[in-house]
Amino acid sequence: MKAAPFAYHDPRSIDEALHLLATLENPRLLAGGQSLMPMLNMRVAFPDHVIDLNRVEGLEGVTEQDGALRIGAMTRQRDLEEHPLTRARLPLMTEALTFVGHWQTRNRGTIGGSLCNLDPSAELVAVAAALDAVLEVRGPAGARELSIHDFPEGLMTPALAPEEMLTAIRLPFWPAGHGYCFAEFARRHGDYAIVSAAALLMLEGGRVTRVSITLGGVGAGPLRLREAEAMLLGAVPSAEAIRGAAAHCERIEAMSDPQAPAWYRRRLAATLMRRALEKALARAGGAA
Amino acid sequence: MTDALAPVKERPALARGPGKVVGHAVTRIEDGPLVRGEGLFAADVNFPRQLHMRMVRAELAHARILAVSTDAARAMPGVVAIWTAEDVADIPLIPFRATKVRGLEPYCQPVLARDRMRYVGEPVAVVFADDPYRAEDAAELVVVEAEELSVLLDATAPLGEFSPGQDTEPTIVRKAYGEIDAAFRDAHAVVELELSVGRHSGVPLETRGAIARYDAAHDVLELHGTAKKQHWNRDEIARLLGRPPQGVHLFEGHVGGGFGVRGELYPEDLLVCAAALRLRRPVKWIEDRREHLVATNHSREQHHRIRAAVDAEGRLLGIDDVFFHDQGAYVRTHGARVVDLAAGMLPGPYRLPAYRVAGHFRLTNKTPSATYRAPGRFETTFVRERLMDAIAARLGLDRVEVRRRNLVSAAEMPHARPLDALGTEIVLDSGDYEGLLDKALSRFGWNALQGELAARRAAGECVGAGLAFFVEKSGLGPSDGVRVSVDANGAVELVSGAASVGQGVETALAQICAEALGVDYARIRVVRGRTDRIEFGNGAHASRVTVMSGSATWEAALAVRAMALDTAATLLQLRPSDLTIRDGEVCRADGLPGPSLALAEVARRMGPNSPAMRGRTPGLTAEKWFWSDHMAYPYGVHLVLVRIDRGTGQVVAERYLVANDIGRAINPMLVEGQIVGGLAQGLGGALLEEFRYDPSGQPLSTTFADYLIPTIAEMPAADVLIAEDAPSPLNPLGVKGAGEGGTNGVGAAIAAAVDDALLRPGAVTALPVVPATVRRLLDTLA
Amino acid sequence: MSDLHDITLVLNGERHAVRVEARRTLADVIREDCGLTGTHLGCEHGVCGACTVLMDGQPVRACLVFGVQARGRAIRTVEGLAEGGRLSPLQQAFIDEHALQCGYCTPGFLMLCTAILEADPEIGDQALVDALSSNICRCTGYANIVKAVRAAAAAMRAGTAAAEMA
Repeated sequence: MKAAPFAYHDPRSIDEALHLLATLENPRLLAGGQSLMPMLNMRVAFPDHVIDLNRVEGLEGVTEQDGALRIGAMTRQRDLEEHPLTRARLPLMTEALTFVGHWQTRNRGTIGGSLCNLDPSAELVAVAAALDAVLEVRGPAGARELSIHDFPEGLMTPALAPEEMLTAIRLPFWPAGHGYCFAEFARRHGDYAIVSAAALLMLEGGRVTRVSITLGGVGAGPLRLREAEAMLLGAVPSAEAIRGAAAHCERIEAMSDPQAPAWYRRRLAATLMRRALEKALARAGGAA
Repeated sequence: MTDALAPVKERPALARGPGKVVGHAVTRIEDGPLVRGEGLFAADVNFPRQLHMRMVRAELAHARILAVSTDAARAMPGVVAIWTAEDVADIPLIPFRATKVRGLEPYCQPVLARDRMRYVGEPVAVVFADDPYRAEDAAELVVVEAEELSVLLDATAPLGEFSPGQDTEPTIVRKAYGEIDAAFRDAHAVVELELSVGRHSGVPLETRGAIARYDAAHDVLELHGTAKKQHWNRDEIARLLGRPPQGVHLFEGHVGGGFGVRGELYPEDLLVCAAALRLRRPVKWIEDRREHLVATNHSREQHHRIRAAVDAEGRLLGIDDVFFHDQGAYVRTHGARVVDLAAGMLPGPYRLPAYRVAGHFRLTNKTPSATYRAPGRFETTFVRERLMDAIAARLGLDRVEVRRRNLVSAAEMPHARPLDALGTEIVLDSGDYEGLLDKALSRFGWNALQGELAARRAAGECVGAGLAFFVEKSGLGPSDGVRVSVDANGAVELVSGAASVGQGVETALAQICAEALGVDYARIRVVRGRTDRIEFGNGAHASRVTVMSGSATWEAALAVRAMALDTAATLLQLRPSDLTIRDGEVCRADGLPGPSLALAEVARRMGPNSPAMRGRTPGLTAEKWFWSDHMAYPYGVHLVLVRIDRGTGQVVAERYLVANDIGRAINPMLVEGQIVGGLAQGLGGALLEEFRYDPSGQPLSTTFADYLIPTIAEMPAADVLIAEDAPSPLNPLGVKGAGEGGTNGVGAAIAAAVDDALLRPGAVTALPVVPATVRRLLDTLA
Repeated sequence: MSDLHDITLVLNGERHAVRVEARRTLADVIREDCGLTGTHLGCEHGVCGACTVLMDGQPVRACLVFGVQARGRAIRTVEGLAEGGRLSPLQQAFIDEHALQCGYCTPGFLMLCTAILEADPEIGDQALVDALSSNICRCTGYANIVKAVRAAAAAMRAGTAAAEMA
């Protein structure tokens, strides 16, 4: 299991990296390596060129910007997990990160790498969708932005032109006191989620004033349950209302494989969504 | 009582209870190099000018090979040679070890596929290059043209064709005794079950490796990176390659886990040897993990259709079992052993007046299969204990009570079954089964647990408890020998035909030697796995080393002790019976002050130039052999508490007890380590691990992302109860092996606990128990 | 096509100048080019953790880093744990608590546990299980590895206390 031969490039700036991306034949960008390197070692990916982003300046860092957390694409998952801003303003992200691989893999893995890999089970992709992330992309034509909801084009295929790269992610904050919960089911601790659920909600006067419900692991990209959200918006979050919202999961289209057939994913989704909503509600100061 | 069971009265036996060093949890002598990273595992072995071997493996499950094109690969930089079947046509099919079963020979595996490929992963060609990366580059360019044939993936399906004239059922292993038809006719009740165990295997953390080197100066072919069964492998390699056995040496360094699958003779072992001889350079092969999961022996896959006849009290009158063993594509070095073991060991600890079993040994287009920790027993304990639970449910009996009524009692020991396994008659040598059951239930708090379960269920939890009784086999003979010597510096060396799989064999043998000889165990050098140091040996498997090599060690060390006391007595002008050896010094046994003599000095006086030795074989050294025609049968109980998450179907083992009577624990810490490690593997087989295939025979469990090995997070709180109530009468140490009891009963116990949590006896009929299945069961029960 | 790179790796404080293809993993460079075979390969796809080394103090899977990526980093392997030939408290604890059987996963666990103890010697039980779950052992069933970590922490506390009293 040794990688096929490739030429290695070690740019130091975003411009340099973009130039390489645009001029080389059959290149791959190397971020944390936790997803790409197994593919290289197994020879299911065999680029002619590997562009290593680990020394590129300006791709790391966590800052607050206009009511959002702006995270450089090459920010290590571990750094994101430990950052005071993440804990203070994006507790959903903090909770989700505890499910991402293992402590050891988070030392290398990056948020950008996970987002661009777009594994259907990736927790960070689901969290980005739950938070309505905005992605900053740069290419030869300059910079552009797109919503996370437009990012998955197909199975593990991001809406990026071949010469483009993700440079940062912005995650808008929810107000202080919001309820949140990330739940997932995996066969073993630390495995990719078979199904995951992310819930965010705001309560005011005993009613839901804002809600975000997202499922991961059911399709190529994360699924925002807009119908379920609409049901809960303005409602009193009783146990029945939560069950009703979770029941929407029974009707979704889900991927199927022999280990986790579609009917089972739907069941998991309903279970996890209900638990996530209950927990989020409790954290928002309410009780079903 | 049969003659071969005559107890070892005439040889001095080790007294019961802890000795000076035996029976104590002393630290291992093996550990130093391992914690320093100075081990010598196969991948750490390197020779100058070595070539690297890379296999080209079949990508279809069953196909006729039309052509293998190697031109493009040959042109790659660093490539020295590429072989296909024609190049190794002179190497016969890989044989299997002696077995009474006939007719298996045509089904053995060639080192490279000849006219057909029969499983994905089968070696088809081989590349030799100067670097492993380049060898892999070249191997990718070898093109195999093949015509697909129909694929057989189900051992219960109608037979297919292995080759013209040979169908896919090489043999049926049948055993029977008693009046089985009458038992069913006269039964109060008949319970019928259909049960299956999923395909899984040892999957050690170190993949296989083999490094061959031809020492032309001495005309010796060396094979490094070996394990388990050096002497037999040496003899076969020699025979298959046309060399004399003395011209082949096998070496064992450190071994990263065996579990039954490492150390057998595989195609790659023969290929590195043949290549070293022909290419006149050392040849190194290290298996990668994806290869390992399709090329190293699989195990466990069996499907049973079993019936039990019982009387009104739930006592067994007869068991009739038909089972289908999925052997994979070829017969390997175990022949039909696993089927034989399953058939022989199925009755377990219970009184059984009549029995009939037919084990269908069937080939399919999957990776070939062989032994894995508790082979034939993990499977049949699952089947048998499911049967006992079903009997309990049918007759409205408590699950523990039904066992009590059927367990062979201590008074009935030794209990001979008119059955054999591995060529030896099954005689349960010793045991107090019900006594251990009581101890286990008490230790686990079984009775109080029933109340706790009721309370937790009332609070809405889905919880349950399960139990399984098992009998293991160990101490497989027929023999092993050990040579103990003390040199003129007082250094003690122990050379054995045993092998290591990482289990602590050196320490156990050193403790036994030290106990007998009176020296510090930590100063004993133990040599194992080396065919050039001892002429015969039977290796490490079947939990045999402590029994066989341990007994030989005991006797050899006692012999050395006697020799030393004799010589010292003459020198000190005392009688041998006045003397003893303490910390390497021969001194007065009564503890009174007096002259003493270091063992080093005694050894020096026994050197060949010493006048006293004229006419005698010099050296303070003795070699002793231990024979056994019977196996020893450790036994025990598994108890587990599980919790099921109704929403996800996930089964979590909260608390686990393994109670295991092993006769005597040479080192309780090592025994406990074996049991807990075995439990982890059993848990994998019960809940997580499975080799799955798609309908065309493509393996689906090809990486560690698909083949799920338990991590620490999946382990329950594990308690181990080591019992020494039933020492084996068959060897002077009273030991029975301890390697497999931790694994044996896990599938059965987990299944029983899941049934109990679901409040549905018989719910679990297949392993592994996966969350989707549990979810489905919950749906049907609701 | 594969270019060769001259790099210097700093392993356990020692400099190793080697020439390697870019595609050579850090694990292979450490083992084959620098001759330190204590770091083992169990899967080469980042699941088993046998290849764990410390890179700038952090445990990483050496099979998922290319050798060329590690130049300029401080790499610690199992061979660097014993100081002046003396086993570290953790290494000794592994022996005392029987936290190894075949020893193949042991270097990876030793490096992981070294990092854990350096980060938080008082780590809680659940967090310890979380951290240890990144590595696979096929022999021990893990219980003794936890005991060894706790014993090492205690030994280190006692050692520190003794040093402070001196």
